[in-house]
Amino acid sequence: MIETADQIFVLLKHWLVGLLPAGWQPVAGVVLSVVAIIAVFPTLFALTVWIERKGLGRMQNRIGPNRVGPLGILQPVADAIKSLIKEDIVPLSADAAVHFLAPLVLVAAVFMGFAVLPMGRNMTLVNMDAGLLFYFAMGASTELAVFMAGWSSRNKYSLLGAMRAVAQMISYEVPLLMSSVAVVMMTGSLSLTKIVAAQNHYTWGLPHWYIFTPWGFAGFVMYAIATTAETNRSPFDLPEGESELVAGYHTEYSGFKFALFFLGEYLAMFSISGLGATLFLGGWSAPFSFLTWVPSWIWFFSKLMLSIFVFIWMRGTLPRLRQDQLMNFAWKFVLPLTLLNLLVAALWRFLGEGWERWVVCSAILLLAYVFMGWEGMRRGHLGPRRYRYAE
Amino acid sequence: MTPLAGYLLVAALLFSIGLAGALTRRNAILVLIGIELMLNAANLNLIAFWRYGPHPEALTGMMFAIFSIAVAAAEAAVGLGLVIQIHRHAHTTDLDQMNRMKG
Amino acid sequence: MSLVFYAIAGLTLAGALAAVLLKNTVHCALALTVAFAGLALLFLELDAQFAGFAQILVYIGAVAVLVVFAILLTRGSETPKDGVYSRNWLAGLVIAAGVFAVLGWAVLESARALPHETAAPTVTVLQIGNALMSRYVLPLEIVALLLTAALIGAVIVAMHEKEGQK
Repeated sequence: MIETADQIFVLLKHWLVGLLPAGWQPVAGVVLSVVAIIAVFPTLFALTVWIERKGLGRMQNRIGPNRVGPLGILQPVADAIKSLIKEDIVPLSADAAVHFLAPLVLVAAVFMGFAVLPMGRNMTLVNMDAGLLFYFAMGASTELAVFMAGWSSRNKYSLLGAMRAVAQMISYEVPLLMSSVAVVMMTGSLSLTKIVAAQNHYTWGLPHWYIFTPWGFAGFVMYAIATTAETNRSPFDLPEGESELVAGYHTEYSGFKFALFFLGEYLAMFSISGLGATLFLGGWSAPFSFLTWVPSWIWFFSKLMLSIFVFIWMRGTLPRLRQDQLMNFAWKFVLPLTLLNLLVAALWRFLGEGWERWVVCSAILLLAYVFMGWEGMRRGHLGPRRYRYAE
Repeated sequence: MTPLAGYLLVAALLFSIGLAGALTRRNAILVLIGIELMLNAANLNLIAFWRYGPHPEALTGMMFAIFSIAVAAAEAAVGLGLVIQIHRHAHTTDLDQMNRMKG
Repeated sequence: MSLVFYAIAGLTLAGALAAVLLKNTVHCALALTVAFAGLALLFLELDAQFAGFAQILVYIGAVAVLVVFAILLTRGSETPKDGVYSRNWLAGLVIAAGVFAVLGWAVLESARALPHETAAPTVTVLQIGNALMSRYVLPLEIVALLLTAALIGAVIVAMHEKEGQK
């Protein structure tokens, strides 16, 4: 009974594929899984848009949308209808072919990333040996789509927003990869299913998730910072800040193409949160050993929605970082700490089991963080606020 | 025509297209694009010979191609930095106009 | 020769041709990206998954973006008044055609001696990691040194000079 609930989607797929003739079965299996992903994640996107607008509203002491359905739950439907019936304006001097292709390239590259995420036990679309490398390769392709969008609009604000966005994405790509490399090193494989399987053990009821180790915790914090910057979310949303750049690289897009950019950004958030859950939070494994009767896909999606909620929370709370502040932060703070994290992870393995490795590794990471933070604050000339009045 | 010959012909065609680009365009950046195409054609050759060669388990061809990708990225970075600096000095990237040794 | 190979090879060659023939420099850079993607697919067709994904990550994710930034920083997106091909374009074309003739003749002449279908090698990332750390550790360290030198060199070359030294 528990097994059936856990594997219900896999069994459903096998049953549906079994209804077809034998020659078509492999292709039909893949097509069915792809259709499932294309159906589930945009639905989750609609739900997230509603959660974000209501959640941000409450954090900002207002109600959020409440007209369209009970509690405004049909607001995403209204937004979808609006974006479909709006006129699609393309500027006269814009480069039409590139302007058309940019949102398509973005959404295609982002959808490819979902292929390697293990969404439950035996529920990975393609179980690749180099799954993590495939995911990062697809993530690297999104940068070019952002640039294409900004340049083809022939608009100074778009170009500036696109350059800033690409510079930010490239800068934070390195800490993103390096914090994942520590996980790869400790697991010994790039395959995401093996990484989850390595975290699926329990000691005294508590799981062996990587976030519960010193290097894993530091790695998770740096991964979270890097993902917030990669998906251009607040506090790193200067490229699309409404008060700065009109709308950045998607200024000249209207109607359905704008909706595609919106979809691409949120889907990128989902897939990168899913990857974070897989790498650090144990993927589809349950938090306590007495909870393993709950289906594995419920745990994966709960962790994903928790990450999304933290993204929304950060957006409502933190102020925006300036471009030079965020680049300095990436290259001078996060990157050295990720390199140190790699060393600490190796030290963790060398010191063997026991309490010494907890103390040593935590001490090294805490000292590095405090020292670098102190150094950064001293260099930034932070002090009590000085007031300058107009004379 | 064997599969290996097919891949080698594609690589040869890619190489000559890159060479034509590097020799006929004015803009310095397009010459660098031609060079990148030539490097990629060589990588394709390496991987094709690795796959259809006698000892693919020795991984020689794949390793060579991976190192070649890394070195090509480094060389593209330095080359493009040089092009940017030349543009700052001469205010043009037109190679036909850079026919003097005096700066 | 399978249909998939012809399709991917056609895509790659079309991208490469567009990259050297188009007038607008940014279009050339985007066509180059298509050629890189086609090459990555060819690597995947040749069972070299690690090389294919590394090609996408490095070339499309870094080199293409670098080329595009360089084009924007040198105002290459405006078409020059003298045309885009150099004065002696015919000589370049003849040389390239000659090179292709020699290479193509060499490949086709030896087609009888080339090996035919062999079994697909199963290469795991573990084997690549082991090889990098045991047999190829010296090239790995030298490439690391080379990349550091290239990083420092590129920054120094492209840096703005201080006002006093100009």
